[in-house]
Amino acid sequence: MQDSKISVSSLNLFYGENHALKDINIKIRENTVMALIGPSGCGKSTFLKCLNRMNDLVDGVKVDGKVLLDGEDIYDPGVDTTLLRKKVGMVFQQPNPFPMSIYDNIAYGPRIHGIKNKSRLDEIVENALKGAAIFDEVKDRLKAPALGLSGGQQQRLCIARALAVEPEVLLMDEPTSALDPISTLKIEELMNDLKKRYTVVVVTHNMQQAARVSDETAFFLLGELVEADETMNIFGHPKDKRTEDYITGRFG
Amino acid sequence: MAEKQSFSIKGNRKNKALVEHVAEAVFTVCALLAVVAVASITVYMIINGTPALFKVGIKEILFGTVWQPAAKDPSFGILYVILTSIVGTTAAVLIGAPVGILTAVFIEEIASPRLAAIVKPAVELLAGIPSVIYGLLGIYLLNPMMYKLEIALFADAPDHQFTGGANLISAVIVLAVMILPTVINVTVSALHAVPKQQKAASLAMGATRIQTIFKVLLPSARSGIAAAVVLGTGRAIGEAMAITLVSGSSVNMPLPFNSVRFLTTAIVAEMGYAAGLHRQVLFTIGLVLFVFIMFINISLTKILKGREDS
Amino acid sequence: MEHASIMNKKRRVSDQLLEALIYLCAFLAVGLLLGIIGYVFWRGFRTVNWSFLVTEQSPTKGIMGIAGNIVNTLYIVVLTLLAATPIGVGGAIYLNEYAKPGKFVSLVQFTIETLTGIPSIIFGLFGNVFFGKIFGYSMLTGALTLTIMVLPLIARNTQEALRTVPDSYRSGALGIGATKWYMIRTILLPSAMPGILTGVILAIGRIVGESAALLFTAGSGYYLPKGGMGLFRKLFESGGTMTIELYLQMAKGKYDVAFGIACVLLALVLLLNLLTKYLAGRLNVENRK
Repeated sequence: MQDSKISVSSLNLFYGENHALKDINIKIRENTVMALIGPSGCGKSTFLKCLNRMNDLVDGVKVDGKVLLDGEDIYDPGVDTTLLRKKVGMVFQQPNPFPMSIYDNIAYGPRIHGIKNKSRLDEIVENALKGAAIFDEVKDRLKAPALGLSGGQQQRLCIARALAVEPEVLLMDEPTSALDPISTLKIEELMNDLKKRYTVVVVTHNMQQAARVSDETAFFLLGELVEADETMNIFGHPKDKRTEDYITGRFG
Repeated sequence: MAEKQSFSIKGNRKNKALVEHVAEAVFTVCALLAVVAVASITVYMIINGTPALFKVGIKEILFGTVWQPAAKDPSFGILYVILTSIVGTTAAVLIGAPVGILTAVFIEEIASPRLAAIVKPAVELLAGIPSVIYGLLGIYLLNPMMYKLEIALFADAPDHQFTGGANLISAVIVLAVMILPTVINVTVSALHAVPKQQKAASLAMGATRIQTIFKVLLPSARSGIAAAVVLGTGRAIGEAMAITLVSGSSVNMPLPFNSVRFLTTAIVAEMGYAAGLHRQVLFTIGLVLFVFIMFINISLTKILKGREDS
Repeated sequence: MEHASIMNKKRRVSDQLLEALIYLCAFLAVGLLLGIIGYVFWRGFRTVNWSFLVTEQSPTKGIMGIAGNIVNTLYIVVLTLLAATPIGVGGAIYLNEYAKPGKFVSLVQFTIETLTGIPSIIFGLFGNVFFGKIFGYSMLTGALTLTIMVLPLIARNTQEALRTVPDSYRSGALGIGATKWYMIRTILLPSAMPGILTGVILAIGRIVGESAALLFTAGSGYYLPKGGMGLFRKLFESGGTMTIELYLQMAKGKYDVAFGIACVLLALVLLLNLLTKYLAGRLNVENRK
């Protein structure tokens, strides 16, 4: 069994002059949930976006170092970013469904990756919606516009949309920060379920959430990875003073 | 104790209130003038456009195909003129709209910010060029080219009426170019209004840039693009001076190599000397154009309203 | 577990075709613009010289000059703006500062949009029978017709500018006891000035380039007004702008002259365009303060 799904070594990222990520080294194990915590501006979201190269879209960003996904360097010039992003899906902070029907939102990914068969698509859509625990709520109105759903439903729809391309890794960028407590709870339950099939990396500003949902936690501060360990250890016996200060609420 | 000068808050209220009221009244009248203008234009177009309809007969004017206003027994059929405007405008939009939309995609999505900063003002400049200049280039450059094509194509067709290149195709090309800035500018703003997260979502699922443009951005911007196309249509159907000379000078079926008259060019060409019933018929043509335009304006308002609602 | 590799870079033919098409369209649009401007300057440059610009046309003496048309253009620009600016700005102030949302406001907004969509030739016909009935083919008829035509340009730009003035300015002025009209005069209009000027310059551009709305209203006279009285009499005399003269010359097949005028017109349009760009920049700077 391959131990680490993603292995990051000496990763540095610059926004123009700004050294936003400093020498990051971390391994993320397969079929686990890893939480990235830290005060805002610490680089945790930037780091997340390095894992599927969404930072490529930002002007003036320079990345060096290695990010190995199943042993392949995702910053290798031979990499097809569309294949990379198919394999490493992403859920954003704000639910961002397309202005299309629920069905078309989910079928969007499979369609761009070449699946045209109607019954195959139906099956994928149903499985993705089930996987994101929203199928029962929307099964009678798959043709209704996705923008008509509530915020929490929209976010689960976006998770379903990401699942529909059958990724192996799922990146979640503060997926519950725009949601109410009940929707948040549903998504947290979902994360527990998702790790059976996927490797999940979630950025969160909410430490209770990190403690509840993750197997491992990484603490970022000012662009540095201060500490990464099993969640129990991070919250129980942090090795670094700064981690302890942060999780006990002494700063940040 | 120092004497404190106080003043009544009732002061010279009357005077101030009067100035305020006058100011408000003046501004209201200014706003009202726009309404008066549109109402007067509508009323005058109807007053001047309808008499001929009754004198000549609605059917004879709108569905007649013979246009001989100066003949001894004059005939005022404008069916071909109406059809030319419809066919010509449609063709111009079919050519101009896709080019314009794709150029807008280039500016908003493909070009580097520096290149976009050159192309966008250039397009705005294109909008400011007076229509007569388009007409001048059309007659001076386009018509001779068309004439060569015409000679080559119809060399063996003895019954073809040679136009010197002043034909429907020339006019359509000029119109297609003229609507470009409108289509481009409105489409650029429509694309700009699409939330950036939608683009991110699509790319994050492994869609390519082009797939994202055609499957997410353009569909999301569709109502804005519809508005762009409708605006372009309005611009094309209302254009007169650029195509008056370029389109030829006789009323014919709107076929590619025919010399044709549009609703607009029929007015420009004959208004200078027309009198009596002939002049009234020209106003009827104006009224038909006005009806088309109002129809386009109202659909535009509908599209924009629909966008606000969603 | 088998993992899909991410190294299999594929080139999508359909993507490349579409991208090529996009480049082609952009190239076409920009190429056309450069071609048009370049060609007009190149072809018209020879005709334009000092005497072309300052001499009055005289067909009997065989002299071609566009001084009369230049004066007519300026005359009609000034006359139109004198009427359109106060009305347009006033209407915008009403809509933005006084009106409460309701039927009347949507009616005014609708008519302003409608005016924007009405083609020049319709304005020409309307001006011909409405103002032309009283003043005949004259500068006044032309200017009144154009006033209606450019009204939406000025009104809309003023409205946009007024919208960018922060509400704190309004409440600040009203809060220290200024009357509304005083507040508008001293706070709003100065802040909105770059926007109003943008509208005015766009209107100038539209007037300078206009032809269909003028042909049957202001007509095509090309004489220079004689003295101060002449300038006043000009109100009631016909006069063709440069654009009209360009059309007439081209209809006669005199392309050298036509391109000469086109050259002058285009230079003017370019200048006005730069001016609006500058003002737009100013408006942004002011509001960032």
